Order: sequence, then C-alpha cells, then structure tokens
Amino acid sequence: MSTDTSDIELVSSSQAHTGKGLGTGNPADEFVIQPPRTRSTKTPRRTRTNFEMLAWLFMRLSGVVLVVLILGHLLIMLVLDGGVSKIGFAFVAGRWASPFWQGWDLLMLWLAMLHGSNGMRTVINDYAEKDSTRLWLKTLMGAATVFTVLLGTLVIFTFDPNI
Amino acid sequence: MSAPTIDAPHSAALDAAEAGGVQMITFTLRIRRFNPEEHPEPVWVDYQLTMDPKERVLDALNKVKWEQDGTLTYRRSCAHGICGSDAMRINGRNRLACKTLLKDVNPEKPITIEAIKGLAVLKDLVVDMDPFFQAYKDVMPFLISNGNEPTRERLQSAEDRERFDDTTKCILCAACTSSCPVFWNDGQYFGPAAIVNAHRFIFDSRDEGAEQRLEILNDREGVWRCRTTFNCSEACPRGIEVTKAIQEVKRALVTRRF
Repeated sequence: MSTDTSDIELVSSSQAHTGKGLGTGNPADEFVIQPPRTRSTKTPRRTRTNFEMLAWLFMRLSGVVLVVLILGHLLIMLVLDGGVSKIGFAFVAGRWASPFWQGWDLLMLWLAMLHGSNGMRTVINDYAEKDSTRLWLKTLMGAATVFTVLLGTLVIFTFDPNI
Repeated sequence: MSAPTIDAPHSAALDAAEAGGVQMITFTLRIRRFNPEEHPEPVWVDYQLTMDPKERVLDALNKVKWEQDGTLTYRRSCAHGICGSDAMRINGRNRLACKTLLKDVNPEKPITIEAIKGLAVLKDLVVDMDPFFQAYKDVMPFLISNGNEPTRERLQSAEDRERFDDTTKCILCAACTSSCPVFWNDGQYFGPAAIVNAHRFIFDSRDEGAEQRLEILNDREGVWRCRTTFNCSEACPRGIEVTKAIQEVKRALVTRRF
C-alpha cells in the first residue's frame, strides 16, 4: 500500500491551476489527473468585507421582486387587452406618461440587469480558469451592464412622445 | 478481516452457502487505474470476481488486491465506516467502499470505481488530501474560549448540545467536498466538510470563537459560494444534513449583520 504521501509535496502553495504538475520532482507531477486549483497552504488573504453576503442577499431579494415585476410585465404586454398586437410606439408612450409605469420599468431594468450580471459573475468565477481571463470577462460584463443600465435609464427619463 | 480466497472460502460465506442461503455472483469491477510512472493517462481496468453480493465493495477491492493485482492502490483503515479513509466514486456517486454492499450498486453491470473528484490523484484511488485538510484547519476546528480555565468540566445543557449534534458526526472522509461542483471548479472554496466542522463549533455554547469563524466563512471563498446543489448531503456517508448546516451558517452571518 503506497498511501504514505508524506514525502510527496504535490500541492505547492500559492500556485495557480496550470493543468500540469507543479514541478517538485515527483513523477506524478507530470500527469496529475484533473488537477484542482490548489488551495494554498496559507489561508487566503481576508478581504473583511460583506460584499459576498450582500451580493447573495441581493440575489434573493431582487429575485422575489422580479417575479412580481416580470410576470406583471408579461401579463400586460402579452395577455391583457389584445396581447402583442397592441404594442406600438403609442402604447409605450401612453404607459410612460405615468410615473408609476416609469418607475416599474426602471426598477425592472435595474434589478434584472444587476441580478443577471451578478449571476454571470458567479458563472465566470466558476468557469474561468486563469485570473486574467476572469478579469477580462468580468470587465467586459461590467461594462455591458453599466452601458445597458445607463442607456435604459436615460431613455426612460428623457422619453419624448412627440419625437 | 480476511477476504475469501479461491482455496479457502470465507467461512461465514461458506456456512451460509452450506445452509443454502448465499448465491455467489460473478460481476465486473471496473476501476480507474492511474500510475504516472507507467502511463500518463488514467485507464479503466476490468476485474472479474465471484463473491457474495452481501459483501462490501471494499471486500471486492481487497480481493482484487490480494488475489489478482497487488499493485492496486487505495486507502482503507478501519473498514467500518468510521475512519473515513476509503471514500471513492462508486458508480458515479461518492460513497465509502466499506459501507456499500455489492448488491446495492447493481452488480449486473460493471461496477465503476474512481478516485474522488476535485483533488489531485496520486495513484489509482489515492488522492492528495492536503488541500482538503488545509481548508479544515483554516476554520479553526477546536474549542476557543477566553478567560480562566474552569476547574471542572464545561457544562452544557442537552438542548445546547443538540444544536450542533448533527455536525459532530463528520469523519472527514471528503465525500461531500469532492462531490461539490463548486469545489471541482474552485479548489479555493472551503468546501462542505470545512463548513460542517466550523458549524460544529460556531453553534457550540461553550465556544467563543464563533465570530472569528464566521468572519473566515464570510469571505470570497466561504459559504456564499455554496449554491445548494445538495450533492454534499447526498454524498455524506454519515447522513449529516450538510447543506442545512451551510445554510445555518449563512443565516447566522445574515442575522449577525442585520
């Protein structure tokens, strides 16, 4: 039984996942199967913020609100009063004349975009293997989110029915 | 304990066979072998065995090792589900080989056996457990208390003991952590086992280190990475409600802040 691994230093500290061994002279290093991203032997540096908790809470709370907002939105758009055939410039203009629907759509825009991009953030965290890839993907996604949110907000507030 | 050999069958099995109670079956054990000194890639190897279906998968592994191929490598110690050495992936699910009966894993088809996922395989079914135990150590799995030591036992009511009873059952076999898809993708995640062992002290009325442990688990690689897949609860050979324990830590974190 070769279960004694005390002299095998396969996981070195602070080295990122490379898909290959970590070069400690052990023959197993070359052919590690499905290597995990190694957990460093030192505890990762603490960030001491509540960001992850707040993001998690936001997902739960915004999800509940979004169920109401989106189902209501779909009901109005697709079912009530003639369904999709009624939707046109005049219909949108009529709705956005009311601050209530402006607020509804604004809230839906913000919550849906932030909810979605926070979800994407966790997906990227999970699947990006390299730190640089992760950073780029998150930057791109953040930029797209900010752009969409700002553009949508601008349109809702500056919408001119007489255009 | 001794496994049956060809010449001298297992006495219990023989007794039962004489009484007409045992139907020996022939089945295939398909083991994912890996020896980096011989072949860079893992290979599936089939072994034919004839055994009592009421024996355990560990007995089958022993039979292979002792009678067919002595190079087969796996961990096992107590063989009774307490030491937590022989967690492995049997037919795609994490189990303890010593607690799994052959008849329960459908011996009509080849029984597949692999090393647990998410940890580097050293040889055959042996993985490098260091990252797993590092996560365990990082949550400080020991009693932390301030002030003078009491002159007698630290007393605790039955209710207070009951609060964390479930998470005291952990045997650190890594079946939960290595079944967690978040851990497969991110080895930095503490993983269910470490959180279970943090839970065991966080909710212990005698312990005063809860705040420190909660702070550790509040971080990026802490409990918030859990997305309740329930793989851990399903995998736990001790029947610990792992996902529930993780959720309780989350709740403690949220209620601590708000």
